[in-house]
Amino acid sequence: MDMNEIKEIFFQECEEQLAELESGLLKLNDGDRDPETVNAVFRAVHSIKGGAGAFGLDDLVAFAHVFETTLDCVRSNKLEPGPEVLKVMLKSADVLADLTNAARDGGSVDQARSKQLIRELEALANGEIPVAAETPVAKPAAQPAAAAAPAPVNEEGFQPVGFSFDDFETAVDEGEVLMVIPTYEVIFKPKSELFAKGNDATLLLRDLSKLGEMSIYCNTDELPPLEELNPERAYLSWKIQVKTDKGEEGIRTVFEFAEWDCDLDVTDVTNAGAPADEDMPMQPIPFDLALLDDNDDHDRPIGVVEEEEHIASDQQAAVAAAATAAKVVEMAGQAARQPAEQRAAPAAAAAANNAANAQSAAGTPTIRVDLDRVDRLINLVGELVINQAMLSQSVVENDTNGTSSINMGLEELQQLTREIQDSVMAIRAQPVKPVFQRMSRIVREVADMVGKSIRLVTEGENTEVDKTVIDKLAEPLTHMIRNAVDHGIETPEKRVANGKNPEGTVKLTAKHRSGRIVIELADDGAGINRERVRQKAIDNDLIAADANLSDEEIDNLIFMPGFSTADKISDISGRGVGMDVVKRSIQALGGRISISSRPGNGSTFTMSLPLTLAVLDGMVVTVAGQTLVVPLTAIVETLQPEPSAIHSFGSNQRLISIRNSFCPLVDVGRILNFRYQQANPVDGVALLVESEGGGQRALMVDAIQGQRQVVIKSLEANYTHVPGIAAATILGDGRVALILDVDAIVAASRGQPLRSDSSLAAAG
Amino acid sequence: MKKKVLTVDDSRTIRNMLLVTLNNAGFETYQAEDGVEGLEVLEEANPDVIVTDINMPRLDGFGFIEGVRRNDKYRAVPILVLTTESDAEKKNRARQAGATGWIVKPFDPTKLIDAIERVTA
Repeated sequence: MDMNEIKEIFFQECEEQLAELESGLLKLNDGDRDPETVNAVFRAVHSIKGGAGAFGLDDLVAFAHVFETTLDCVRSNKLEPGPEVLKVMLKSADVLADLTNAARDGGSVDQARSKQLIRELEALANGEIPVAAETPVAKPAAQPAAAAAPAPVNEEGFQPVGFSFDDFETAVDEGEVLMVIPTYEVIFKPKSELFAKGNDATLLLRDLSKLGEMSIYCNTDELPPLEELNPERAYLSWKIQVKTDKGEEGIRTVFEFAEWDCDLDVTDVTNAGAPADEDMPMQPIPFDLALLDDNDDHDRPIGVVEEEEHIASDQQAAVAAAATAAKVVEMAGQAARQPAEQRAAPAAAAAANNAANAQSAAGTPTIRVDLDRVDRLINLVGELVINQAMLSQSVVENDTNGTSSINMGLEELQQLTREIQDSVMAIRAQPVKPVFQRMSRIVREVADMVGKSIRLVTEGENTEVDKTVIDKLAEPLTHMIRNAVDHGIETPEKRVANGKNPEGTVKLTAKHRSGRIVIELADDGAGINRERVRQKAIDNDLIAADANLSDEEIDNLIFMPGFSTADKISDISGRGVGMDVVKRSIQALGGRISISSRPGNGSTFTMSLPLTLAVLDGMVVTVAGQTLVVPLTAIVETLQPEPSAIHSFGSNQRLISIRNSFCPLVDVGRILNFRYQQANPVDGVALLVESEGGGQRALMVDAIQGQRQVVIKSLEANYTHVPGIAAATILGDGRVALILDVDAIVAASRGQPLRSDSSLAAAG
Repeated sequence: MKKKVLTVDDSRTIRNMLLVTLNNAGFETYQAEDGVEGLEVLEEANPDVIVTDINMPRLDGFGFIEGVRRNDKYRAVPILVLTTESDAEKKNRARQAGATGWIVKPFDPTKLIDAIERVTA
């Protein structure tokens, strides 16, 4: 493991600490006064500061230091974490996150903002409670810079002094030439406490001897007769004469750890002549520190030891690096990392021992596993599923009576395979919490910018979903949250005028529903202004002026490309990037999004996403001799059309009547150019599918082969993108089947060309 | 015989740095994530020296040091406090709890090894 890898770990840890920090602050904001919450918040900042210091990230250290100081006031009950205080702290947490990101990815942060917060934090630490209105803090600009410096304020003079033998040795050489080296007399009388704290007089004397030429005398006057001797008490005292240019300071540094537990007297006796032995009758003792040392390392010249350590450390570094290749990737970390270099297996095994030692000491119930390993496992399980299906199929083909024990064994195998698959998927599953937490910051910032007061309520943040889904969720969600805050929620004045709570609420909910994750974003704002949306759509030629649209259809217009209701483009919700982009990204995840709006009471966006992008429950169908897979989630029902239910209109459009309503018929084979003539619907099967916003369509296929779980193989990664096709899979008989992109097919049936958007292209 | 070091720190970053630094310097390293775990692995690690953080969940450094000193077998093991806390009050408390010495963060490998060498034979 090298410093870069540790740094990587540091940033991963920062991310966790920042999440911890934010959730702690939010708890405090909700009135939680549990000391452990305050401690956790403090520790988070403290940890970041500690790591940042080790990597010389001074900006981060400086800010964390001020933040920590203020948090310490809260911890010691000197500062009550009221709403105004927490507002500053939440903002500081945001800046801390920015600084962390800047330190990791380069780039800069808003200096003015962080300086301002440093001032505000210091004001809090100094007992100035802010008022809601922004008051200029009466502090000179130079002040924060000084306080921001990482160097600790040191009231009692414990300033650690750098100590290097190299410096010392050179200094001695020069000193001999240039000046007389001063001699100091050191009286050192240990107290019993010195030993109780694990210090050792011998070691102190040894260290002292490194300062220069030294003579030592031991006073044994207080030594009692043997039978009265308590081995844990201190009886001896020492008088040492040491010739050193390190000064009194250097000598005291040796006793740095011990000085409270001993009497120490240091005097410069350079010009005092011979030591006055009669002052303190001393019994000279032979001094051979080498004898006192258990191992002889310390007697060797420092340089030699260091060289040997270098050799040793090179070997160890190799082993440690191999260990890294084998372990520890933060699953919650952002992007999948570069695969670590593969190293020789024996080295890895040896390293595993090392790691095991460290790990067993750590003894936590969780392990960290390289993401690549999990992905490989998932891939293999995918192959296993395919293989099992192929095996089943060939057994069915060769086993005519279907009663043999092979069949029963196969069924068990199928069940086991399914279970293994589910368990493997669960490894990748992560709670949506980190994404949800990021949203609270967005709400805060955007609300601040537009002068609204908004509370984010989250629910079900422990709902788990595949990590790849989580990673891709953040962006569309951010966009929607911004929209909700910027456009959805009214200004406080307007809210009050409408008899609402001036504080708006945005609620983010996650839950599992029938094998998918459903994420809801609800605001209690004004809801969709249907008149305006309709007008805008007419203005933009998106709909005909006399189009007869239901409320739901009007609401869904906002998902159309190029649609934006905001009269003026604001910085917040972006320029021209509308809900259509959000919809596309959700679709790219194999998800659906819909909106329901209650005028005057707000809007709710509902997103339904697959739990994983690696497998899919599909219906296997035949179209013009080709085998296709239709994602099961898109299918509402299947039916065998009666001749009387088919109605033709226009040139070659057909409708099917289902329970007294009409639904356009879409011939999949025709759309995909598998055939040039429309098939007779009566000969085939209709799959009633739901497409976003566009209502229902009946997809005509020739026959249904069955339902099965298929492993998604990216067409783009292995071949090239095909319009109307989302991805591919391998069936039980080993043949490739294409997975239909239902939305693209439906869109194509409306006369739009097949667009190059595919819902599953992103999957493996 | 390699010298054995037990490190107690809740920060993964610092734990990794300690591990690398100490391994490179030829120590055998045992690690714990907080005071409670530190006391648990004490027997197994049987350390020649202990390096501990102060601010930790469950059981902080002060509590951990007191725990070690209460154990007859380990009450004379040198304990170094690795902490960003530089104020005298904290040092004093660590000392009263029985700490041998301290290493002030930011973490510096040379400083760490120096300090360990200073308190171990």
